[in-house]
Amino acid sequence: MGNPNVGKSVIFSRLTGVRVIASNYPGTTVEFCQGCIGSGAHKIDVVDVPGTYSLEPTSPAEKVAVAMLEKAIQAQDSIVVNVVDATNLERNLNLSLQLSKKDIPVIIALNLWDEAKHIGITIDVKGLEKILEMPVIPTVAITGEGVKELVTRLGEAKRGSYVFDDAERWHEVGRIVDRVQVIKHKHHTLAERIGDLTIHPWTGIPTAVVVLFALFFVIRLIGEGLITFLTQPFFEGIWAPVMMQVSRFLGTDTFIHKIVIGQLFDGAIDFGQSFGILTTGLFVPFGAVLPYIVAFYLVLSILEDSGYLPRLAILLDNTLHAIGLHGMAIVPMFLACGCNVPGVLATRILETKRERFIAATLMSISIPCMAQTAMIIGLLGKYGARGIFPVFLTLFLVWLVIGNILRLLVKGESPEIFTEIPAYRLPHFATLIKKVWMRIQWFLKEAVPFVLLGVLIVNLLYAIGVFEFLGRIIGPLTGRVLGLPFEAVGALLIGFLRKDLAVGMLAPLNLPVKQLVIACVVLTMSFPCIATFAVLLRELGIVDMLKAAAIMLCSAVAVGALLNLIM
Amino acid sequence: MAGQSGKVVAVDGGHGLRAKLEAMGIRPGVKITKVSGQIMRGPVIAKIGSTQVAIGFGMASRVIVDI
Repeated sequence: MGNPNVGKSVIFSRLTGVRVIASNYPGTTVEFCQGCIGSGAHKIDVVDVPGTYSLEPTSPAEKVAVAMLEKAIQAQDSIVVNVVDATNLERNLNLSLQLSKKDIPVIIALNLWDEAKHIGITIDVKGLEKILEMPVIPTVAITGEGVKELVTRLGEAKRGSYVFDDAERWHEVGRIVDRVQVIKHKHHTLAERIGDLTIHPWTGIPTAVVVLFALFFVIRLIGEGLITFLTQPFFEGIWAPVMMQVSRFLGTDTFIHKIVIGQLFDGAIDFGQSFGILTTGLFVPFGAVLPYIVAFYLVLSILEDSGYLPRLAILLDNTLHAIGLHGMAIVPMFLACGCNVPGVLATRILETKRERFIAATLMSISIPCMAQTAMIIGLLGKYGARGIFPVFLTLFLVWLVIGNILRLLVKGESPEIFTEIPAYRLPHFATLIKKVWMRIQWFLKEAVPFVLLGVLIVNLLYAIGVFEFLGRIIGPLTGRVLGLPFEAVGALLIGFLRKDLAVGMLAPLNLPVKQLVIACVVLTMSFPCIATFAVLLRELGIVDMLKAAAIMLCSAVAVGALLNLIM
Repeated sequence: MAGQSGKVVAVDGGHGLRAKLEAMGIRPGVKITKVSGQIMRGPVIAKIGSTQVAIGFGMASRVIVDI
């Protein structure tokens, strides 16, 4: 346990080898995560919990932490590893002293020890141990320094015996800090100077604009680069000949050929349109989407680890107030650009139910995940700005307008921003790559089976004429209101399974730009994909989930119809 | 004004607000420095000890500081 953003998750990873996402902003961990050290009779379970400033929780993430503590106290077989930020001893000890009043043994990991030294803070570790009567171990979690000592001394963890009056807790903290900590005055470091520039409004806002544009540019550059030079040549040059062999072997007219290879165009495979499991089914996740996933998570992870996100949150605080949220809501919104599932989970850093409802609904409506974005760029990229720009501009306007409406309609409270701003840190390369790799694995595990299954289902539904049937029923409606041909109905329905695949289904229809734009927008806004649906249900409960879904469907139809009229 | 520091005199609010601010180290008697404000009543950035905190404008105006 410990304060937010002190490195609990990194220590946890070091202890157990279980990889968890860690970043440089408060509130990365919103759930507990379990792992273990040792084996057999010496096996110890280790639990990583969200950070909290005190044992009086204010957000759901903090409640998780306090609930885990209560459970551990009741079980009477656990100890607490209290991770303390050495650069912020005073504030962190406040929690340590609260913990020492609880009936549970505690050991302290004095983390960020290197950074403390660097900024001129020296702490008398032995002295602190003596005062608190608990083992205190300096650690640098990111490099693993001190973690071994932490493990060997876990057994020395002790129940707090430091006697003090709880009302005078801060006073006590002050006394302890005065005795053990010496701060040498140092000049402003470069990181601090940059830090100040990026939060002063007159320098910070232009910086933010530049940073955001650079992000999109870099993601597009890496994504397109990987497709052009890696995945496209692989699929066209190596995979296509193999598949043609398979195609000849199966015989082009068989049903199994239709499922495995799909349709041939002029006797050749078109990975965008053939729609077989081994052709389009593999090309969508690996060829078209994966490059963008790699690009996005690389950029996002650098952004997270540097510590820029909370600063962006401050600069955008006013904008987010317009939609009933505060600045920190930018974190779940950013994560949602990768995938809506972690986005919805991250809304736990918001304090009230109202904020969480608005944030989760809004991101499901107007933030396409990176898989879908990649497919939209692939589909509309050839028309240049004329194709891509209207889609994202519309989605952004929808985000603002619906957010504003929700702010007015949803009852409840939205507190103001109140967050710690972490120091800028240079991302640790190995940790960063590990994190990107974890997220890519997660994508492959979650997405690939669904896409393959989706292709199978699409083929079967076509074969037995379900899409044809539904197209005829719903078709006239979508035709009149949205201006979409009835063939597009199939894509809108498959959107529930996987949105990237659904966008892919638009490719063979040869639609004009206007219809593609409308279809992409409606697909993004309408029902969330099944994975997002499940997490919304869990986080919001059934009533709010249904409300959110109704808002999505209505707004999707309304915006689609509007686009059809004005474009 | 940005760059000025003073001592926190009191937090004008209920128990919830006081507890929230206190958990982050903002409590009567502590030295606090305003690092920067934002346009249009955006959050105020303040420094307590070696921690920088962003505080919403309304919340920040309830922290009474003696310069």
